[in-house]
Parts: sequence; structure tokens; C-alpha cells
Amino acid sequence: MAFPQPRPQVPQLPQHLLRTIECQQGAVRAVRFNADGNYVLTCGSDKSLKLWSVSRGTLLKTYTGHGYEVLDVDSSYDNSQLCSCSSDKTVILWDVASGQVTRKLRGHAGKVNCVQFNEEATVMLSGSIDGTVRCWDTRSRRYEPIQILDEARDGISSLKVSEHELLIGSVDGRVRLYDLRMGQLHVDFIGSPITCVCFSRDGQCTLSSSLDSTVRLLDKSSGEMLGEYSGHVNKGYKLDCCLSDKDTHVLSCSEDGHVYFWDLVEGSLTLKLPVGKAVVQSLSFHPTEPRLLTAMEGHVQVWGAEPEDTAKLSSVC
Amino acid sequence: NMASDEDSDEDFVTYGTPLEPLEEDEPIRKPVPVHEQTVKDEKGRYKRFHGAFTGGFSAGYFNTVGSQEGWTPSTFVSSRQQKAERQNARPEDFMDEEDFSEHGIAPREIVTTEDFASERKDQLKDKARAVSSLAALIPGDTGLLEELIAPARSSIGVELLRKMGWKDGQGVGPRLKRRQRKQNTDAVKVHGGALLPSGSEESEDEDDEFAPENVTFAPKDVVPVDFTPKVDSHGLGYRGLNPLQALGGGSESAHINLFTLQSDRTSSLFGDRNSGQKRRGGIAGQAFGVGAMENEDADIYHKDSMSNYDTVLGGEEPGDGLYGWTAPQQYTRKKNDSKRDVVYLGRILDGFTLASQVTEIKTVYPPPDLPRDYRPVHYFRPVVDLSTVSPIVAQALQASRGHLSQDAPQQGRHSLDSSQRRDMLGETPLQGPSSVFELLGSKDRERLNEIRSVAKEQNKSVLNLSSAEDRAAVVASSTAPQPDSLTSPAKTQASSETQMALNAWSGPTADASKTFKPFQKNPQKQARYDLYINKLKKGDKEALESSLDSSMTEWERGRERDEFVRAAVLYKPSNSSLSSRFTRSKNEDDTDSVEVTRDQENDVDDKQAAVKMKMFGKLTRDTFEWHPEKLLCKRFNVPDPYPGSSTVGMPKIKRDKYSVFNFLTITDSSHVSREGPSASKPPGSSTTLPHLTPEVNKKSRWDKTGKVSEPKDPLSAFLSETRSEVSVAKQIEAGAKNQTDSSHASEEKEEDEEEVRPPMDLFKAIFASSSDEKSSSSSEEDSEEEEVAPSTSEPIQISAETLNPPVSAQITPAPDISKVPGII
Repeated sequence: MAFPQPRPQVPQLPQHLLRTIECQQGAVRAVRFNADGNYVLTCGSDKSLKLWSVSRGTLLKTYTGHGYEVLDVDSSYDNSQLCSCSSDKTVILWDVASGQVTRKLRGHAGKVNCVQFNEEATVMLSGSIDGTVRCWDTRSRRYEPIQILDEARDGISSLKVSEHELLIGSVDGRVRLYDLRMGQLHVDFIGSPITCVCFSRDGQCTLSSSLDSTVRLLDKSSGEMLGEYSGHVNKGYKLDCCLSDKDTHVLSCSEDGHVYFWDLVEGSLTLKLPVGKAVVQSLSFHPTEPRLLTAMEGHVQVWGAEPEDTAKLSSVC
Repeated sequence: NMASDEDSDEDFVTYGTPLEPLEEDEPIRKPVPVHEQTVKDEKGRYKRFHGAFTGGFSAGYFNTVGSQEGWTPSTFVSSRQQKAERQNARPEDFMDEEDFSEHGIAPREIVTTEDFASERKDQLKDKARAVSSLAALIPGDTGLLEELIAPARSSIGVELLRKMGWKDGQGVGPRLKRRQRKQNTDAVKVHGGALLPSGSEESEDEDDEFAPENVTFAPKDVVPVDFTPKVDSHGLGYRGLNPLQALGGGSESAHINLFTLQSDRTSSLFGDRNSGQKRRGGIAGQAFGVGAMENEDADIYHKDSMSNYDTVLGGEEPGDGLYGWTAPQQYTRKKNDSKRDVVYLGRILDGFTLASQVTEIKTVYPPPDLPRDYRPVHYFRPVVDLSTVSPIVAQALQASRGHLSQDAPQQGRHSLDSSQRRDMLGETPLQGPSSVFELLGSKDRERLNEIRSVAKEQNKSVLNLSSAEDRAAVVASSTAPQPDSLTSPAKTQASSETQMALNAWSGPTADASKTFKPFQKNPQKQARYDLYINKLKKGDKEALESSLDSSMTEWERGRERDEFVRAAVLYKPSNSSLSSRFTRSKNEDDTDSVEVTRDQENDVDDKQAAVKMKMFGKLTRDTFEWHPEKLLCKRFNVPDPYPGSSTVGMPKIKRDKYSVFNFLTITDSSHVSREGPSASKPPGSSTTLPHLTPEVNKKSRWDKTGKVSEPKDPLSAFLSETRSEVSVAKQIEAGAKNQTDSSHASEEKEEDEEEVRPPMDLFKAIFASSSDEKSSSSSEEDSEEEEVAPSTSEPIQISAETLNPPVSAQITPAPDISKVPGII
């Protein structure tokens, strides 16, 4: 006799504000979890990059070296290195512990919107407003990119890297999926300028938000649309979107000061999390736990599934 | 030797080391390049390249003489007990070991000892003897005494042969049964002069008949082939004077024979066997007579019998027509082979035979006759920077160049107009009606005239406007899409363009020689364009029509008209003093192709429709071949998907570059303005005219695809249906807008521009290829402005001047016609 399947738990959404961090670095352009989700990286408009502890909200390190506002950051799988990109057209590879610049890579013709390590942190990929994605080698001393992907016809707004795929969203309204293993480039036409692209955690779908205030979930292999999520406002800003830790919900920033949670399958709006009055610029979801970071103006907010005190208790126990 | 005849296969004598057997499938080894070749000494150690003294390699022991103790000179020690022996120092005493090696300066080689040596004469020894004989007691004596008492020695080979039963004069080998092969003693006999090798063979065969059956005979002696290498630089067969023979040392031949024949050499194989009988001292021979020391005079003259010569005139050789000619022996003997002999009349050298086939005679053609006015000098036309010379000179140069380059081949079939093609083909001009207007019905013609008159009126009204307004209107109409696009507004559009061109060019500022030449590849067209520009400058309102070629077809004229107007507006003289900062690019971009990615994206409109219908997937996805860099694959731990390929990124191909004029549409309604005349071209087009409703003429992006749509599959059919729905909605929308005031035009323009995005090819064609063209044009305009600026002496008011061209300037004729040769 078989036991009935345990009822799947209702996924918990990070809707309780745990902490607010005043970053003191001008506007926060992007906020990112590190690889294991214990630390927070914030990109400031005052040219600095800051590393915070999530649990205590304390500043751990400030990385200075960019010549203009920092736009995106990514940490390597082992948390030993950071890469960041900036409006000063450079990409910088940092040593986390020492805070020193390991490499400063110039080559883009315009400000660099997004940067990402590959899985083993052997390559940094940076997408710029000049319409190119440059693949920088972190292993060699070469200052030229390994390859330049210049197929986009407008600026690159967002890029993500999976095991062997590059997902690149561009302002020309197309999401490009470069498959290194197959040697193919799939171009999905969305029409409206893309602001953010994501892989789903299972790697089967891609999420793309565009300036027509819509987030679309596409099947990666065929390009068919699996879901469309709207209701939020995304008309002018480069806003982030992401999937929750269990791929149950789709999240997106909004220009009306909320973070929108949609059920992935049903496409219905599950939660409209009020963050503040201004535009929610950036968000980042914890890799394993229901925890969310949002950036608005000069501060970052940490959201959890449970209120602070219970969370503390659970962490104690 | 004897044994080898019986079992020949197994008794081969091998010499040297055999090559390693080649293995199949073995990869061919690459030859080691010079810089990787190493040198080892005899112990297998690497030798370092050093200096030239030891042949380029280190001598060892810190470059001393190659031993640890170094080189110690031997000392002369002599005592009473031990008398020092006399030491003859040989050169070898001062040589290194290496010098005796194979590649040293004194290589040691294995030499047969005298016992085993053949009786061939040692040339070195001979020479040494000859030299020493000069200093001997009796000058000229080459050791006669020594030779006299020389021991009778024969080589070991001869000894062995004798022991095996061989006798002098016999051949070597098993004995033959039937015939006795007569020993060819003649072969070893020495003949002076022209001798007959095996000449007496035929006579010998005759007396062989009585040979008994049970008697075996020794085989005939064979004359071995002489493989003596040729080492001197004489001609083939020529020996040169042997000083030994000339000075009396010659022991073999009776007189000096510069041309040897076979037997002469073969005799040397058996050495001086018979030299004893024939020995004579001193110089002897036919030419020298009998010497004083000669005691026999039997053989003093060269043996030459009369049988060597023809004695009968004409009797012997009737066939070849060479009567009376005394041929050499070879010729007479081979006279049967008449074919050969006719070809070659000389003596055939040793080891040569006449070719059996006559080589083909190469025909040499004389050099071609040069034309009378040919000058072997090419004159290069000087490249003159037009901004630096006076306009008249520049114009003259331009004109002459245009004239000259007419002879040059045209670019392509499509760049020619019909009259040019006609000229090239040598056809006579058509007699019939040159214009389609003549083919039209009277009604249609009337209507067209009406339209024209309306256009003229509008033109006038435009002219009457104050210039600022005029310009504004022109600009608006040129950039805004034409809202109401029936034929008459189209005409207005065209005329306003013409007007704009006129405004731009009329006035004293323009100078044709400095303007950009957009049709430089087609000189005739350029000439017409220049004419048009010149007329424009004079303010001629009919400039366009009058400067076109009347022999062209209406359609071509219409096209050219369009192009000229647009070119004139585009390349109108601009006012800036920047020209001094720029120079014209000298090298034109001649390549007619541009690199584009091989795989082109599908139609964007289709995709937009699909997106509207939320039909993502097949319709919105394009998949291309993409080549990642090898290193990138390595970094991603992914195998290279295209292992052999060297391309990176998207595969590129060359494609024809589009003409700039294919894309440069100043106004959105230029399409319509072109359609105006062309629509009336086919005779039956009156039926099509009513279809030119605003809806259709409005440039909707669904138009062309709607026409071509075929029932591919239900999905696309569905798509096209929805598309047409959308387009209708849009047209209605547009129509509604048309009803409203024209002040909305700018709004609509914006919207339209946003919607109708030109294809990417357009941008590529413009920005990728024609950038230099553009820059050159602008610089040209600039340079022209600079020329003019001082003359007008109006400091900074340039912009105001062009914006408001004085009306009078349009009426006044150009100041100087002679400046403009293009008109004449």
C-alpha cells in the first residue's frame, strides 16, 4: 500500500522586510547576492562597489577603482573573485579578499550594462550599450576579448550564462541564445526592447522582461511562449526580473514602487509587494532560500519569508 | 662468376647496408629543418657550433688541440746510446684525427694493394714520373730502364683466370658447343686514326662452317662497356693532347689521335700487353715523320687502306643523291638506313645513336606589327586637388576626364540606359513615338495635363511664398509622409522637391566644378547632371526637363529626373568654412560588394504580427549557424561544434553593394511621385489608376507581403488574414488623420517613422559602405564654399543667405557662361 504523496507545501514568498541597508553610495544601480547567498553586493552610482553581510547588514568591503557609476556585478562560484562593469566602459575583475583590481579590461565602446562569470569563472562576459558582448579570459593575461558577439543591432541590456549557453537580451527587441555546444544562435523576437533576461533554475525556460511592461516565459528549446506576465509598469527603466528559488513564481521590479509576484504556471498575480515610492531598480533572489533583495534609490532592502524574530529563532534552532 | 650462372637468384653479392623496408601506412616523416639538425661527434655527444677553424665546431678541451694535455711539440733528443732516427715529418703528423675522417681534408680510404690492383695505369704515378723525368739524367726519359726491368706481373684476377684455364684472348664463361667464336683480337689491336670496330666480323662468320660437333670453344671475348667517367671539360669524344704521348711517353698509339674510338679505350683494359712490340720512343706519327731514334719504319704512316674509300664514282650509292662525296665509314656502312643518314651527315660520337624520330621544328612567329602611332610611354593623368587650382582649370580637367573615360567599359548592363546600349550595339534609333504619352488615350492625356497644370499652379504659389515659409513647407513636405496621395499631391511633392533643389542651387555660391559628382561612373549621365546643376544655378525652372536626354524612354527619364532632383537636394552646397579642415578622399571605394552575414533574419513584419498574436515559437525564432571561438569552447568545457572551421561568429558572404540611391528616400511619398508617371506608362493602365486609392498608396508595411502571400500553410494564411485586418485598421486610422488639419502632419510623421522601420540592409548600405562617399561630398561642398566665401565678402551670414535666397537670383542669368563648359 502506497502512501499518498505528501502535499506540496505552499511556497513561501519573501514578503517580510527583514532589513534595510543604507548603502551610502548614491543610487544603487544593482544589487546581487553572491554565489551562496550569504553576502550582498551593491553597485553604487558613486563609482563604488560594496560588499555587505546579509544577516547583519554590515559593510564588509568597499571596492573602488571604477571611473564612473558601477552598473552590474557578479561573483564567481567560489566567491574569490568579483567582476563588475561600469559606465566608464571598463570591466574589472576584483580579488574579493584584498579588494584589489586583478584586471581592468577596456574595449567596449560605450557603457557596459551587464557582466557575468561563466560557471567556472574562466570567462567574463560583458554586454555593453555598443551592441557587443565581449568574452574576456580570466585565465590568460590577454587584454583582448576571446570573442566579440556583435550580432545584436542595439545595446545589450542583460545577459546570463549557463553551463554552455549565453542568453543575451538587447534593446533591439530580441533575445539571443548562443549555444556553444551546438554552435547555434537562436534569436527570439520579442519586439519591445528587452530589459532583463533570466534562465529558469531548471534551465529549460528563459524569462525576459521588456519595455512593453510584460514579462514573458519562453521555452528555451523552441522559443514558444509558456507564460506572459503583466500588470507592472516597465516603460523606461532597465528593471530586473527573476524567478523564485523553486521556480514557482516570477518576480519583476516595477516603476510604481512594487515588486510583482506572479504564479509561474497560472500567470496570476500572487503578490504585489510594496517596496517604496520610487522605482524598484534592481532585485535579486536568494539562490536557495526564499529571500529577496530589492534596491530603491540609495538603499537595499532584504525580504524574507518570515519576520525577523522568527527567522532568528529558526536560525538558532 | 661461374657459379652465378647456375643458381643466379641466390648468389647475389650485396654491397652496402640495405635500406629499411618501407612500412605501409607509415606517416611520411617531415624532413628536419636546417635549424633543428644537430651534429654529434663520434661518441654521440652534441657538438656546439663554434667557429670556422674546426669546420665550425668546437674543438673540445676549450678549443685546444683536442687532448687534455694539449699539444706538446716533440723535442729532438739524441744521445750516444740512443741515436735519434731521422724523422721525416709527413703532413699527416700535423693533422687532427678528424682530418682523416671521411669529410676531413685528408680522408683515408681503403685502397687495393698493388698485388690486387688491376693493371690500369696509375695516372698520378705517371704524372709524377713525367715530372721527375725532366730532372733525370737523360731528359725526356721516363724511366725506360725502370720499365725494362719491371717484373712480369699480372693482376690477381688474370692469375686466377689463368688457373681456371683461361687463355689470353679468350672470352670468359662456359665453353660453347657449336661454333667457335673467334677471338676478337682485333678488338685489342690498336688502330691508328679512323679504325673499324668489329669490322671484320662478317668475313669471320664464313669460315666457321667446318667446326666439328664435339668440340667446344671458348666464348668470344666481349668488349666490356667502358664506364670511365668524364672528368675533363673537353668536348665529347675529344681527348686533348696527352703530354706523355706527345713527349714520347706514349706507349700505345702510334700517333696522336685526338679522337678516340672504342677500341682505343678497351685496349687499356688489358693494359700494355702488347706494348712491348710497339714501343717507340719520341714523337711518332703520320704528321711527324720518322724520328731519328726509330729503327723500324714499317708502321710509321697511319694504316689507311684504299678500301676505306670509295673508288667508284656513283656505283655504290645510287639512292641518296650524294654522288662523289666521300663519306666517313659510319656513313657508308649504314647507308641502308637512308632516313637517318639524310638527316645527319657527320660522324656519330661515342655512345650516341641517331634519333629515330625527327624532332618537330618549332615555328617561331615574328613579333606583331605595332600600330604606327603607338608610343611605348604611358602618360598618367595628374591628380589635381580641385580645391587648390583655379576653377577654370579644374573644370577643364574634369571635362577632359569625363570625355576620356567614356571609352572605358561601362559598369554593368543595368547602369546603361537604352540609348547607350543602342549606341554600343550599333542600332538605329527608334522611329516610333518616343513617349508613352502618345500612346495614351485622349482622356487620360487630358487628365494628366490637368494634373500638371494643377501642379504648376501650386508651384507658383510656392514660389510666391516668402522664402522662410517656403522652405519650411518644402521641408515639411519632404520629410512628412504624404497624407493624401492621389496623383496631384504627388506631383506637388515632386515639384516642391524640384523647388527645393532650385533654392539650394540658385544663387552665386554654387560652382559645378566643385560639386560632388554622384554619377561619376556614368559620364554621360554625369554630364546631364552637371548641365542640370548649371541650369539650376542660373535659376532655370525648366532645368530638369531640358537637361534630360530626350532620346531616352519616358520611364528612364522619369527615373533620372527623380535621381537628379534628389541628388541635387542631397548634395546641395552647404555653407561652412570647414572645408579647409577636410580633404577629399583620393581612393574611391571601388569594390561593389560588401560583407554581410550569410543568414539573414526573416521578415520582421511577420514576427511583429506573430508577437501581436502572441504566437511565439517558430514564427519568432531564427536559428543561425554560429561559430564560437575555440578558446571560448575550451573555457566553457565544451567541444568545438565546428572542429575544422576557421570562421568565428556568423558566417559572412560577399554581397553586391547597393546603390545609395536605392535607399535614400527623402520623402516617404517619393514612391508615389515615381508612381505618377510610371503608372501611366502601360496603355491599359487607366484601369489600374482608380486603384491608386489613398489606402493603397499609403505605404503600409503589409502591402507587399499581402500581395505575395500564398497559401503556404493554414497558419500563414491565418497570419496574413490578421495582417490585412491590422492594416485596414491602420489605414482607417491614417485616413482619419488625413481628414484633420495638416498641422498633425509632424505627429504622424513621428509615428510613421517609428512604425515603418526600414530594413537593416538599408542602414548597412548607408553606413557601412557609403560613408566615404558622403564625407567626400561634404568636403567637396565645403571646399566650394570656401572658394566662394571671399568673393561674397559676407562674413558669417552664410546661413541666412541660403535660407532666404533672393528671388531675383532665380531670374538673373548666370554671370559667366564660359565658366560652365558642361552646357556646351
